Amino acid sequence: MDLNTETNSQISASAPTGSELVVQTIDLHKIYQGVEPVHAVNGVNLEIAAGEFTAIVGPSGSGKTTLLNIIGGLDRQDSGDVIVAGASLANLPESVLTDFRLNNIGFVFQAYNLIPVLTAQENIEFTMLLQKRPKEEREARSTELLNAVGIGGLGDKRPSQLSGGQQQRVAVARALAPKPTFILADEPTANLDSHSTATLLDIMLELNKKEGMTFIFSTHDQRVIDRARRVITLEDGQIVSDERR
Amino acid sequence: MVTKLAWRNLWRNKRRTFIVIAAIMFAVLLSTVMDSLQAGVYENNIKNMVGFYTGYAQVHQKGYWDDQIMDNTFEDVEGLKKEILANSHVEEVVSRLESFTLAASRKKTTTTQLIGFDPEAEQALTKLKDKLIAGSYPSPEDRALLIGEGVATKLELGIGDSIVLMGQGYHGVSATGLYPIMAIAKFGSPELNKSVIYLPLKEAQYFYGAENRLTSYALLLDKGSAVDEVVADLQQRLDTHAYEVMNWNEMMPWLLQMQQADAGGNKVMMGILYLVIGFVIFGTLLMMIQERQYEFGVVMAVGMKKRKVALMTLIEMLFMTLIAIVSSFTLTIPLLWYFKENPIQLGGEMEEVYQQYGFEAIMPASLDPSIFYYQAIVVFVLAMLVYAFSINKIFRIKPVEAMRH
Repeated sequence: MDLNTETNSQISASAPTGSELVVQTIDLHKIYQGVEPVHAVNGVNLEIAAGEFTAIVGPSGSGKTTLLNIIGGLDRQDSGDVIVAGASLANLPESVLTDFRLNNIGFVFQAYNLIPVLTAQENIEFTMLLQKRPKEEREARSTELLNAVGIGGLGDKRPSQLSGGQQQRVAVARALAPKPTFILADEPTANLDSHSTATLLDIMLELNKKEGMTFIFSTHDQRVIDRARRVITLEDGQIVSDERR
Repeated sequence: MVTKLAWRNLWRNKRRTFIVIAAIMFAVLLSTVMDSLQAGVYENNIKNMVGFYTGYAQVHQKGYWDDQIMDNTFEDVEGLKKEILANSHVEEVVSRLESFTLAASRKKTTTTQLIGFDPEAEQALTKLKDKLIAGSYPSPEDRALLIGEGVATKLELGIGDSIVLMGQGYHGVSATGLYPIMAIAKFGSPELNKSVIYLPLKEAQYFYGAENRLTSYALLLDKGSAVDEVVADLQQRLDTHAYEVMNWNEMMPWLLQMQQADAGGNKVMMGILYLVIGFVIFGTLLMMIQERQYEFGVVMAVGMKKRKVALMTLIEMLFMTLIAIVSSFTLTIPLLWYFKENPIQLGGEMEEVYQQYGFEAIMPASLDPSIFYYQAIVVFVLAMLVYAFSINKIFRIKPVEAMRH
């Protein structure tokens, strides 16, 4: 099996010179072993600067989710390095990596993944609790975030009492709660209707604009791609285009 | 938060939680009832044996128990009795003088155990008067016999008939006497029934030529559980060069051995029950971990350490075990109380076997708190062992893989 590590179309997706880097990948490779090994990430060099609103797009199997998982410290690369907020994730032990994720990366998942037995407000406080933040601070920030994502009156509702759009807003608030360096969102709008998608994008863009929060998300959704400020396209585990708007 | 999460997680899948709690609860209930009935029977057997004859403890002349002859008697001095009664657990000191004699009627002869007894004190310890089936209970001054029903049958005698007694007395004197039968008693044990003869103490001392001498003081205690404390105390305060103080299990080691042998079978049953509990807990934990791979992957992804996830499942397990134990005891205690007050009556062959050993053919329950502590501790330890065995599954979870479930 020939696994190409270089192609003519592979490019490096660089951040503007002099900008503060939030994420940097250096010649990143990930191969899934199986009957036929799959080169899911194939020599990706990527830089994302603070405050960017970046969509990673590409067809199914192009390596978007794998790349996001490696950047998020959820999966390990086979070779190359990932530097997040100035720290290399390559050799961090698992428990340190868990703490690193908690303090630096906010996650938003396609299926919301809220904790079903906690209320919306408790879900938002959950990550702050893991950070051992004082109760008053947790309460104040979770209330502020509930308002910021437009569901101020729903703090006492459990996920099963909320719509998909509302749950995803709680998930965004939960991701923001521990004051991460950036937010990784894997297909955040895949389960949402048009109205909820538009609302969620408004909220994310507002947070990006007002608080300078960096967003990196994988998506197939043209409505999301249209509003992204930077679009990185992956094909067969390689970056084939990097478009800024 | 971990505790709150664990508690709420329990009620998320109510059916699973109830099944687990019910399974542990019934296993604990069964093992507690089994243990309680077994302990109740043993306690009752000990009470029967101790209450029938030995008392919980006895004081003898040193060396008497190994060589039970009339020469190994001691003098019944008031000071010694007072010293024994000074222990607050001792309610009564029952004086006895006993040895083996030949008993003969006009036609037959048999070997018997002649016990010189203090009728009032004996009644307090062994309730001897309650066992009478004919005649009247002797007073201390009577010069007449109370005999076992079996002795009467064997010698073909009844109330008012006389028995010739022949034996060896103190310092080898010949002991002979002719006494009328004043009362016949029936004892649970056939062995005792056909061998025991009682004679008021003063007359028995005269018969054996052992004025003011005794073979034993049998002690009536306020509670059987104080026996070791009483024995230790008396061993300190009495002259152990002159006297020996023994508890019931030193005098009747066979009783304890019999119970231990019997308990072996029950331990197998209990072991099977514990195995069932262990598998229930193990199955639940594995199911819980397997079912919740995705959820665990998510919380780990957002920053919850694996040991906290493990702690959460541990607390869930503890909650379920605790609820099961408390529910089980809530059901068990009234049930066992009922069977303590209204013991199960044994019939048929079981009744005969019990009576052969001189035990009452009943199964009372015991409410000894140690039974409940023991069950609670065993189930708790079992839960912890199973937990330790299955918890590595949590530590092997990889968030990315778990979130693909």
